[in-house]
Amino acid sequence: MTQAARAYSYFPGCTLATTAVDYDLSGRAVAAALGLELNEVPDWNCCGATFPLSAENVMSFIAPARVLIAAERSGHDLATLCAVCFHVLKRSDAYLRAHSEAAERLNAFVTEGDYTGQTRVRHLLGVVRDDVGWEAVKQRVAAPLTGLAAAPYYGCLLLRPQEEMEFDQAERPRVLQDLLRVLGATPVEFPRQAECCGSTLVVSAPDANRRLSTAVVDSARRAGAAMIVTACPLCKYNLDQAQAGRPSPEQLPVAYFTQVMAAAFGMLQVAGPAFAVEAAT
Amino acid sequence: MRVVLDPLALHGAFIREIEAISEQNLLACNQCGRCSAGCPLVEEMDLLPNQIIRLAQLGLDTVVDSTTPWMCAACLMCEARCPKGVDLPRIMDALRQIALRRGESRVVAGDVDPALLAGAPQMAIVGALRRGEK
Repeated sequence: MTQAARAYSYFPGCTLATTAVDYDLSGRAVAAALGLELNEVPDWNCCGATFPLSAENVMSFIAPARVLIAAERSGHDLATLCAVCFHVLKRSDAYLRAHSEAAERLNAFVTEGDYTGQTRVRHLLGVVRDDVGWEAVKQRVAAPLTGLAAAPYYGCLLLRPQEEMEFDQAERPRVLQDLLRVLGATPVEFPRQAECCGSTLVVSAPDANRRLSTAVVDSARRAGAAMIVTACPLCKYNLDQAQAGRPSPEQLPVAYFTQVMAAAFGMLQVAGPAFAVEAAT
Repeated sequence: MRVVLDPLALHGAFIREIEAISEQNLLACNQCGRCSAGCPLVEEMDLLPNQIIRLAQLGLDTVVDSTTPWMCAACLMCEARCPKGVDLPRIMDALRQIALRRGESRVVAGDVDPALLAGAPQMAIVGALRRGEK
């Protein structure tokens, strides 16, 4: 490992700084294990949590633009773990690149510098696939997850719109399956792997939200999965909540892909409760 | 359902407002129905997603009162499957915006379940409020 570390500007976002600290910790740990240097964006703010779909509201791009500008100034690609932050930042970047008059208006309101479209927004899973490569990940595996039937759950925001997200195929994504195979696990294909968990309806329409989350969990269970793997804190929350009332043998643990990587790398201290159980049995 | 077509509404301010906010051409939709076939939330909606577009094409602003835009989770499945390139979630967002400008908030910060505030990811709370609060 004489190769110089690859450096990225890293945006944790509100959720990873608070209710999903386990995602942040496992992400930083596996990134370090793979020789990735994550430099947290200085003085970062919330990305806005929802991509502004209304064209007339340029001001709602200020929050993501400020993060993009900070990354630009660092000179590195901007990496995130939260699927929502990735979606908002990536699409805001695409929008501002394509609408120079909107970028110009924004620049008048941000004092730290100008948005010039010089950074590239990446999800850490994409960084692992494209910059590190599966072969290098495989070399880091210390405890292959042999026999683990894991359902790769993508949800929505990582994938769609496919042309803007530039991440994977919207209907037939592969990256989580490829990762799981490299880690020694057995990916379990299931019908709802790219269907919605209910998203923010957990706040505005909880019953509908629960119906969707339950359908995702049951779809994975029927396909024979022993675990669900996700890259989104809101998906994890919704899928966990959908199973909250069930007897524990009937619950499918939901783990972040970074926790699954940590388990395979032998870093059990950040692998989370799903693997603590495995280790104990 | 009785639909009255008004030649003035067909070229009226309502259609222009939706198209201006969403940057989408309503008439691009030819009603193939793939959006509604793929939508995971149709059971919760009073109008199917393709029906929303059809009624909006006709300038019928009663679609603003539909539950459909509020049950849209912006999962973008319809966007991925539309053969005509219509970004339906943007149209749903335009309808939510118009409804909020005409009426009351659909999500109120003070009414959010305390259990959610304690445990749910921040972006869920912020996202829901940005979509539904006036």
